[in-house]
Amino acid sequence: MSRRPEPVQVIKQRRDAALNSLVHGVPYISFLGVTFDRRGDELTAVLPFDEKLIGNQMLPAIHGGVTAAFLEITAVIGLSWQMLWNDIENGEVDEMALPRMPKTIDFTVDYLRSGLPRDAYARARVNRSGRRYASVHVEAWQDNRQRLFAQATGHFLMPQRGE
Amino acid sequence: MTDSKVALISQFFAAMPHFKALGMELGQIGDGKADISMAYDERFIGDPETGVISGGAVSALMDTSSGAAVMCHPTGTMGTATLDLRIEYMRPATPGQRITARAECYHVTRSVAFVRATATDEDTTRPVATATGTFTIQREKGVLK
Repeated sequence: MSRRPEPVQVIKQRRDAALNSLVHGVPYISFLGVTFDRRGDELTAVLPFDEKLIGNQMLPAIHGGVTAAFLEITAVIGLSWQMLWNDIENGEVDEMALPRMPKTIDFTVDYLRSGLPRDAYARARVNRSGRRYASVHVEAWQDNRQRLFAQATGHFLMPQRGE
Repeated sequence: MTDSKVALISQFFAAMPHFKALGMELGQIGDGKADISMAYDERFIGDPETGVISGGAVSALMDTSSGAAVMCHPTGTMGTATLDLRIEYMRPATPGQRITARAECYHVTRSVAFVRATATDEDTTRPVATATGTFTIQREKGVLK
């Protein structure tokens, strides 16, 4: 017996609700003003420019620490999202009780050019995700997707089930 | 370090928008060394379940103290920008406690500065995180040949 596929709106609503509770649970993400665009399972982190993000008033340029934080947020959410995806698709995610987030072990940021006073975007790629450890790479750009202003690689400790 | 240089560096950070946004405070500074701290603030929480400060906020503190250490180097630096920063997180910072990053610029060339930094909470015997970074140096003309 074949099951009819779920209506598209139901699927979208479930995915967006899971993403929302994942992102809005973290105060620091809201503090920086970072949001996530979702297309299917692909996430793009968006950092809208704001005066408070400036580190060099003369240029002006985005603070290097903001860039590092933006990339790290993108990596942690990207990794959590991938971890949750199958459960979301099977309707097994309880938005009120999302599992614990991965913990950053180390994070290395490569600053390629200064962050301009405009919006920035970033995408994470999970290069390896095991039961205990994960390795994630992140790319960030502003006006041109091909001209990265920073990239980063980090290792993460995965949350253990029932922990 | 001369009083006028200390004053100049203090002014520079006091005017920096993101330094103010995170409520950072400049502590002791000396030749190639800088301490910067940040009070516990619920807006900077990264793990809602435990109330632990986000790694990103610790990174921002590390980057700022490292940049300050470069500016404090006695060979005279007009400005600096981060080239590379690696942070290792050893343990979660205890919620409610102030975090202090101590950075040391231990070597410079004409155009590159090498820095390491350690972040602690009120238990200074067990570091929260360590960082190593390389920074660009913009020199004043004729200061270092």
